[in-house]
Amino acid sequence: MSRADHKTDQELPNDGLTYPDTEYFCKTRPVPVGPQFEAMEAVRNWARANSLAVQAFGTGCGAVELRPLMTARYDAYRYGVTGSPTPRQSCVFIIGGYASVKTLKRIIVSYEQMQNPKFVVALGSCTVNGGMYWDSYNTINRIDHYIPVDLYVSGCMPRPEALLAGFVKLKELIKAGKCEGANKYLENFDWYKANQKKIIKNWNMPDYNW
Amino acid sequence: MKQLFDRLQALFGVTDFERKRDDLAFLKVPKDHAEMLIRHLRDHEGFSHLVFFSAVDYIEDDIFRLIYMLHNYGTRDTLGVHVDIARENAGMTSIHTLWAQAALYQRELKEMFGIDFPGSPGVDEDFMLEGWDEIPPMRREFDTRAYAEKTFFPREGREKSDPRTHMRKQFYPNWGEGE
Amino acid sequence: MSDRSRYPELVDGKPAVDLDSEKYVKLWHGPQHPGITGNMSLELILCGDEVVDCKTHVGYLHRGFEKLMERRTWIQNFPVVCRIAVPEPAFNEYLYAAGVEELAGIRPPERAQWIRNLNLEMMRLASYMAWLGGQAGAFGNNTIGQWTITHRDYLLDLFEEMTGGRIYHMYMLPGGVRSGLPDGFEGRLEAVLQKCEKLLKEIELVLLNNSVFKARAVGLGYIDKDMIDRYGITGPNQRACGVKRDLRKDAPYLVYDRLDFEIITGTASDAYERTWVRYREMHQCIDLCRQIMARMPKEGPFHEPLPNVLHWRIPPGQTYVKAECTRGEKGYYLVSDGSLYPRRICIRGPSYTHAFPVMEKLAIGTDIADIAGLMVSLHTYPPEIER
Repeated sequence: MSRADHKTDQELPNDGLTYPDTEYFCKTRPVPVGPQFEAMEAVRNWARANSLAVQAFGTGCGAVELRPLMTARYDAYRYGVTGSPTPRQSCVFIIGGYASVKTLKRIIVSYEQMQNPKFVVALGSCTVNGGMYWDSYNTINRIDHYIPVDLYVSGCMPRPEALLAGFVKLKELIKAGKCEGANKYLENFDWYKANQKKIIKNWNMPDYNW
Repeated sequence: MKQLFDRLQALFGVTDFERKRDDLAFLKVPKDHAEMLIRHLRDHEGFSHLVFFSAVDYIEDDIFRLIYMLHNYGTRDTLGVHVDIARENAGMTSIHTLWAQAALYQRELKEMFGIDFPGSPGVDEDFMLEGWDEIPPMRREFDTRAYAEKTFFPREGREKSDPRTHMRKQFYPNWGEGE
Repeated sequence: MSDRSRYPELVDGKPAVDLDSEKYVKLWHGPQHPGITGNMSLELILCGDEVVDCKTHVGYLHRGFEKLMERRTWIQNFPVVCRIAVPEPAFNEYLYAAGVEELAGIRPPERAQWIRNLNLEMMRLASYMAWLGGQAGAFGNNTIGQWTITHRDYLLDLFEEMTGGRIYHMYMLPGGVRSGLPDGFEGRLEAVLQKCEKLLKEIELVLLNNSVFKARAVGLGYIDKDMIDRYGITGPNQRACGVKRDLRKDAPYLVYDRLDFEIITGTASDAYERTWVRYREMHQCIDLCRQIMARMPKEGPFHEPLPNVLHWRIPPGQTYVKAECTRGEKGYYLVSDGSLYPRRICIRGPSYTHAFPVMEKLAIGTDIADIAGLMVSLHTYPPEIER
């Protein structure tokens, strides 16, 4: 078939898709976007750091501390952190604790749908090394093998103060231009994909969700 | 509760009556009579509330013990009905017609223990796991730690020590024989 | 509602939907959605903006607790159980402790029982606070959420003082509680309870008498009395249809038999009535906390000594313990085979039935805009379903 002949290394295989869906999704491999213009980049980073929109996806029990954080008591709006209902409009993804295999699939979809610049904050010990669920058959041990993580907030579960401190740190990192997780993901795209496909058994989605 | 047991013994051949508390008792029934007994309990004895329905794996006896926990709101008694079924080709009559949530419990049992309930709606669908191709995880022979270490990426440097051996080493280095 | 010709025919109570006819839209409500309770999803099939079919999907939070608990010793399980329900871990702790005590034949001291009861009632109030914010937010009244979550936080501060933990307390271990109450706790509790009372008064004016809230919540998600037993509905969902059942009264545990309270029931059995029942239960929680503080023994042991927990073998046996949590009957079924590890721990969560058969039934015929409000009014909580 002609389509198979033209398949090069630069194209995504999209093996998980069946016929009508293959037509809907793009096969082009995503490319990393490095800093283009030094002086401009500093201004951009300053702007990025001060308008963080958190995606509304409570992936685990850490999400229970997001509500106090966003409401009157701790009020993360003071720090320029706000909530955003869809992945397309948000730039911070908070992994709220352990991720089960089923959630991980949704995390990947949501993460890939987020537009650049995007940052990942992982909460809790279970994202670092599995925490309390290190021997569970359904929770992954290290989230950084599946998506790049810019910042960890440790604890089980982290208090809202710890989260606020995490956001302050994240801003520092962004301003210093050290949050290059999204580019790291694309540079090591094959490694991440191999890890993801190792545990997600029914891979019925495109290899990159644009 | 005792009179209830005597009545049921005559009708269904229930055995092993165990009274745990004033309001909690367990009994055992052969597999073939189980559905009839549960229907009888619901319709004629007032045990109208299915509290939960689950299974315990007795791998050494080669059986699954199903437990139907029923509650009677009138007398405030809770009754656990045990049914032993063989582990090989485990299957049981479905009770989804009696309670709406029973189909869900059966779906969970199918996925977690591999017990089949023919005729139960949606029993073959994935419930909690997605694309699981190992043996059902709640079976005793499934080693969740070995699976996790094989599948996920354990962070190096994390020490896993049994508290017993750890504390023995820490506090009683000259521990003798036995426990 | 008179012209039903646009809607699909019902076959055995389920609509016959042909997705290829392009009359219907399939929509996933969750897991990435602000209007869903926790991490779960509803697969909705819509005709216009009316829901014609609904299917619940869970498993996003499945951690395999029941398997993990079989691998851990009895005391190692104690910090695990509270993770099963995040907004109200105290009920899990209490039930696990009560089950182990019953199997091992330990009788916790009197004072521990009172402290446990205080902890549970405060937890209930805190959980209802979070829920009330969600219920109001689902109908667009986001101010209530700001208030209630803040007041819940004041309660969490008290928990921190009492137990050392904000969310996960790990306080009620088998045999009693970990510590007594700190000095001056009563005064600070009273101050918070007064704040909460003041807030509740305000909420009654702003939310419960709000015409928008009434217009949307009255008549939404009507639970028929016949459904109660057939679907195994418990808790406030059941009491809102006028069924007078409450485990705190029917099977008194801890010291509930020494406290004065009435079972709160409603009649209309819709989302508004459920809000109203829970609202009154919040007042009841405040009252119960005061009663407990007044009657509680101030001195005495708060913990029964345990055997060496590293070698703790519990005699073989099985038991089922239950308690009334904010959503209904929560129960733990424990089986011990005499070894260091439990044989099986099975958890009965009330959301199991509320989120699945009940939600799937009630959603049919609702508008898509009301789905979030309906879901919250059932007070489902997914980790309890999938453990």
